[in-house]
Amino acid sequence: MSAATSPLLEEHVALGATLTDFAGWQMPLRYTSDIAEHQAVRQAAGLFDLSHMGEIAVVGPQAARALDHALVGNLSALAVGRARYSMLCQPDGAVIDDVVVYRPAAEQLLVVANASNAAVVLAELTERATGFHAQVIDMSLETALLAVQGPRALEIVSLVAPGQHAVLAEMPYYASATVRVLGHDVLVSRTGYTGEDGFELYVPNALAAPLWRALLEAGTPLGLVPAGLAARDSLRLEAGMPLYGNELDRTTTPFEAGLGRVVKFDKTDDDGAPLDFVGRAALESRKGAQPARVLVGLQGLGRRAARSGYPVVRGSGADAVVVGTVTSGAPSPTLGHPVALAYVTPEVSAEGTELGVDVRGRAEPFRVVRYPFYRRPQD
Amino acid sequence: MATFPAHLRYTAEHEWIDDSIPTTIGITDTATEALGDIVYLELPSVGEDIVAGAVIGEVESTKSVSELFSPVTGVVTEVNQTAIDDPSVVNADPYGDGWLMKVQVSAEGELLDADAYEALAQG
Repeated sequence: MSAATSPLLEEHVALGATLTDFAGWQMPLRYTSDIAEHQAVRQAAGLFDLSHMGEIAVVGPQAARALDHALVGNLSALAVGRARYSMLCQPDGAVIDDVVVYRPAAEQLLVVANASNAAVVLAELTERATGFHAQVIDMSLETALLAVQGPRALEIVSLVAPGQHAVLAEMPYYASATVRVLGHDVLVSRTGYTGEDGFELYVPNALAAPLWRALLEAGTPLGLVPAGLAARDSLRLEAGMPLYGNELDRTTTPFEAGLGRVVKFDKTDDDGAPLDFVGRAALESRKGAQPARVLVGLQGLGRRAARSGYPVVRGSGADAVVVGTVTSGAPSPTLGHPVALAYVTPEVSAEGTELGVDVRGRAEPFRVVRYPFYRRPQD
Repeated sequence: MATFPAHLRYTAEHEWIDDSIPTTIGITDTATEALGDIVYLELPSVGEDIVAGAVIGEVESTKSVSELFSPVTGVVTEVNQTAIDDPSVVNADPYGDGWLMKVQVSAEGELLDADAYEALAQG
C-alpha cells in the first residue's frame, strides 16, 4: 500500500485542524490546543482519526502459525476475541515494527501496523507466510480507524451502538468484538495508545465520516473533543508507550526497549518442538546478556523539556560524560513537569539516578524514574 | 485567524514592536498559531544589550522551539514576568498581555508595516 487520503480529511478541515504530513498522509496535528485536547482525553474523551495505520488481514487454516513464524509472539495462543501487542523483527533481532494483532475468528487475524511501516510490514508478512496455508491481504486503503479514548469512552461509544452497552462494558482490555454500529457490523476493540480506557473502531471508508459525526454529536455534550497527533504523542509518552522511530527502530531489539516479554521463545509447533521464528537465533543469543543500553524514564526537575535526540549527561562541567540519548520528551500536561524516555548505559539506569540533559546547550536536571509516568485511576 | 494590528510594526521573523518609549516587543499571532501552546519562554535579562537581527531568546511550545530575533538595538528595561510564569498568556493575548519585553531603543532593525507583514505572513 502507499500513502493515501484519510476519508475524514474534510471533517478535519471543516473543524479548522492544523494538518501535518505523517508518513505521506495529511493528518490533523491539532484542532484547538495540544494541551486542551490532551486534558480532555484524561478527563472526558478524545476522538482520533487513525486511518493512516496499516491493516493487514492474515486468513486461512494456518494464519496463526504463519504469524508465529513472522512475529516474535505466540499468536497460536491468542484466543478468538482477544488482541496482543507484538513485534516484527529482522533476522538480526532488530525491530521492524511494533503491531497489535487481533483474532476475530480462529482463521482470521488482523495485524495493525504503524503508518510509516505499513508497506514493509505487508511485504515481510507476505514473504514470511510463504509455505503456510494462509493468505495475506492488505486492507489498509479500504479501512478507516476511529478511536475514542478517555474515562467517558464507554458511555460515548454506547450511544452510537444502541442496545450493545453490555457487550462494550464487558469487553476486557485487549479484546475485540463485532458490534452493530450505524447499521454495519464493525470490529471494535478495547485498545488504545493513551493510557486511558477506550475503543478503536475499524470501519469501511464509507462509514468513517458518518461515524465521526455521530460520535461528535453524541459525545460533545459529555465532553468529547476531536484530538490530533500532537495530543496523541503527549498522551502515549505519559503512559510510557514506545513510538516506532523513537524508542524502537532498526538499531534496537525488544530487550533494550524493556519489551523482552513480547518475545516468546517457548512457542512450539504441533509436535511440541520449538518453533523457529524470524530473529529467533539472534534474539536467543542476546536473551541473557546485559544490554549495552537500557530504556529509562526521566522526570524533569526544572521547567525545560528534553527532546528527542538530546544528549543525556552524568556529572557536570569538566567531568561531564555523555551516558545516553533522549528518544522522546515533552512537557507533561497531566503531571506539570517535563517527562522523557531515554536510552542510557546500565550503570546510570537505577531509579533515582540524577542526570542532566543537554537542552540546546544548557544542562537541565533530570532524575531516572519508573514509567509509565501516569496510570489511570482504577475503579 | 491571524490579525495584523495597524499601529504596530513587524519583522519577517514574526515579532512586533509598538511606538511607546520604552518600546514594547512581542510575537505575532501568526507565530503563536504556528507554534501551538507555548510552554516556556527564554528571554534576555533586564539590563542586557541586544542587537537588531541577533538571537535573543527562545519560545518553546509543546512540540517545537523557535528562536526569538531582536527587532531593535538597545537595552532591555523590563521583561514580562507574568508571561514567563505562565506562557499561555502569549497564546491568549499576543498583542496585549502576552508582550515579552520592553527596550530602550537606540537603533531599529528591518521593520515592516502591517500591510507588508500581512503579505509576507499570508504568502
